[in-house]
Amino acid sequence: MDIKLEKLLIKQTDFSLRADLTIKDGTTAIIGPSGGGKSTLLLAIAGFVAPSKGSISIGGDVVTDTPPAQRPVTLLFQENNLFPHLTVFQNTGLGVRPDLKLSKTQIDQVEDALNKVGLADMGSRHPSELSGGQRQRVALARALLRDRPILMLDEPFAALGPALRHEMLDLVARIRQEQDSTLLLVTHNPEDALRIAENTILVADGTAMTPQPTAALLNNPPPALAAYLGK
Amino acid sequence: MVIRPQSMNPVARWSGLAALLFVVLLVAGPLVALWLRASTPSILTSSDWAAVRFTLFQATLSASLSVVLAIPVARALARRSFHGRSILVTLLGAPFLLPVIVAIFGLLAIWGRSGFVSQILLSIGAERLNIYGLSGVLLAHVFFNLPLVTRLILQGWTRIPVEHFRLSAQLGMSPKDLFLRLELPMLRSILPGAFLLVFLLCVTSFAVALTLGGGPKATTVELAIYQALRFEFDLGKAAYLALIQFVICTIIAVWSLRIAVPVAFGGGLSGVVQRWDVSSKLLLWQDSAVLLAVAGFLGAPLIAVLGRGLPALSNLPASIWTAILNSLTVALFSAALSVLLALALAGFIDGLKSRRPKVSFVVEGVGLLTLAASPFVLGTGLFIIIHPIADPFALALPITALVNAAISLPLALRALLPALQHNRLAYGQLSDSLDMQGWSRFRLTTWPTIRKPLGFSTGLAAALSMGDLGVITLFAPPDVETLPLIMYRLMGAYRMDEAASVALILVALTLTLFWLFDRGGRLGHQT
Repeated sequence: MDIKLEKLLIKQTDFSLRADLTIKDGTTAIIGPSGGGKSTLLLAIAGFVAPSKGSISIGGDVVTDTPPAQRPVTLLFQENNLFPHLTVFQNTGLGVRPDLKLSKTQIDQVEDALNKVGLADMGSRHPSELSGGQRQRVALARALLRDRPILMLDEPFAALGPALRHEMLDLVARIRQEQDSTLLLVTHNPEDALRIAENTILVADGTAMTPQPTAALLNNPPPALAAYLGK
Repeated sequence: MVIRPQSMNPVARWSGLAALLFVVLLVAGPLVALWLRASTPSILTSSDWAAVRFTLFQATLSASLSVVLAIPVARALARRSFHGRSILVTLLGAPFLLPVIVAIFGLLAIWGRSGFVSQILLSIGAERLNIYGLSGVLLAHVFFNLPLVTRLILQGWTRIPVEHFRLSAQLGMSPKDLFLRLELPMLRSILPGAFLLVFLLCVTSFAVALTLGGGPKATTVELAIYQALRFEFDLGKAAYLALIQFVICTIIAVWSLRIAVPVAFGGGLSGVVQRWDVSSKLLLWQDSAVLLAVAGFLGAPLIAVLGRGLPALSNLPASIWTAILNSLTVALFSAALSVLLALALAGFIDGLKSRRPKVSFVVEGVGLLTLAASPFVLGTGLFIIIHPIADPFALALPITALVNAAISLPLALRALLPALQHNRLAYGQLSDSLDMQGWSRFRLTTWPTIRKPLGFSTGLAAALSMGDLGVITLFAPPDVETLPLIMYRLMGAYRMDEAASVALILVALTLTLFWLFDRGGRLGHQT
């Protein structure tokens, strides 16, 4: 499903971000210096930040004023994706019904999703008993259940070591393929972008630029990206 | 990881030990005196037991009302951003600094027999209000504690991560789901501590009982002590009652330490998280009504004090200058003593932390002990100690300053200790490696990090002592005046305009003192 940002202007107290671009199916990475507005872009697409100007459409429908729950989007945050007082099972089950009144088949669905992310038998634990990687797996299981056409990740694996991060990225890529969803991924690591994203958007100097093929962009970086990469 | 402990600086050790000894003597001395002097329980009449029951009853009701009413107020403040929000949040901090007698004057101007509401009731042919007794005590306690609890809960709300609200919005949670999943768990963690804190404050709020309570139906334990000491001159009975009061407060204090009472003075009350579950007209209407009601409830008495006091400023009572001088002296002396004790104790506790964690815990417990020994209990004990040696009435002002310092000590300790600990954990090893020791270490690394909490605690201690109408009433002979005492006496004589003018002076001086110290601590502060 395509995401189209038309003459978008997002104004916050300390900075503003412009975007006029289309994000195609498949996987797109968002890269750029911190504080440049990468997360803000995702928050706007998910409906948590209202743009001052311009429009956002997803799959041909204008969603600029649609409340977050009604957008065909799941956004994973960098942290705090789980409620600490709910179990792994409950946190995942919220993706089926936010009031957690689950039928027998729905319970099976939740178990199944936990299985897919490698957390079978962990359902009764609380988030505090999990490692950082496991917590993000729970959030991914919930994203699986929500089954929205667009999955967006805001540096969700930044705190993990390289091996674990690669493992998680591969899991995300598998989920994307299985659900045939559009994947958007904020990262500050060019390696991550190369690993799973065909296209990459550079966000720098208050502008989100048009997506470019990842390898070409990284091999021949514009000045802002070159400065960020230290090349 | 084992950190090799450096030996403690001798200045920190000796000043800490001296402060510890001083506090132990100040608390234990009066308690032993009470214990030795107390009569057998048989001396207590049925009306004394009624005072015990009333104390617990009114404190339970006051704390329940304050907590239950604070929830919708905090909820509305947490989810609405509007013009004047920061003024309202500041107004919520005012009752804690406001001298009790001033607040009571304001409350009477609105809710009293000839107050604003009674006038309206009369004009429509209804009866005047009479708030003396239980209803007045409850009204005053809610006035003081509703804002405090609101701030505590508001802090809980701002600690819910913004991602959780976004997550709930993304999952499409209804306001009811969101309440169950996000807000209820937070309330469950905050309310028990808040309830106990308010309960303790209501058990020890002598000035409220003195002015609005009394009589066989509305006498608290502290009021009974006051009567035994000042009117019946029955030291044995006063001592016994003081021990009862001590036991009640100790149980509550120990209980509340175990469930971690939230701290009311942190920052973080300014931000409003954008919410997606509260856009309905009904909720907006409900929140506006709640906020208007609370602004009126807190603001009207303050406006009444201003309205009556300003025109009367020209005929201040003649003794006002002595009273101002007495009040300022007591407040400054008490603030200085309290903060010096807290600083010495905090340095000592912090020094012990890495070497003898258990001992440091005990010392910290001693520092908080004065929470349990209410000012009145200490005052009664000191009275009994001094009585055979000297005339306690002649020592009214020094004793008031001393007891006030002891009461502010836990607040100052709670503000200073975390700053010192943070300083040691963050920069201790760096300072060691640079071989910064003694005075230069204090001046260059410790002082900059503690001056803010230090200024704040000094201001708070001075303000609380300035408005004190507790211990002073036990000791003061008729010819000794402080500002709260003058106000109380004027109100007793129904000279309300003069009382209002004194109230203005008292409030102005109290807020100025607090502002000067708090501001002084922040000036040029870098963080």
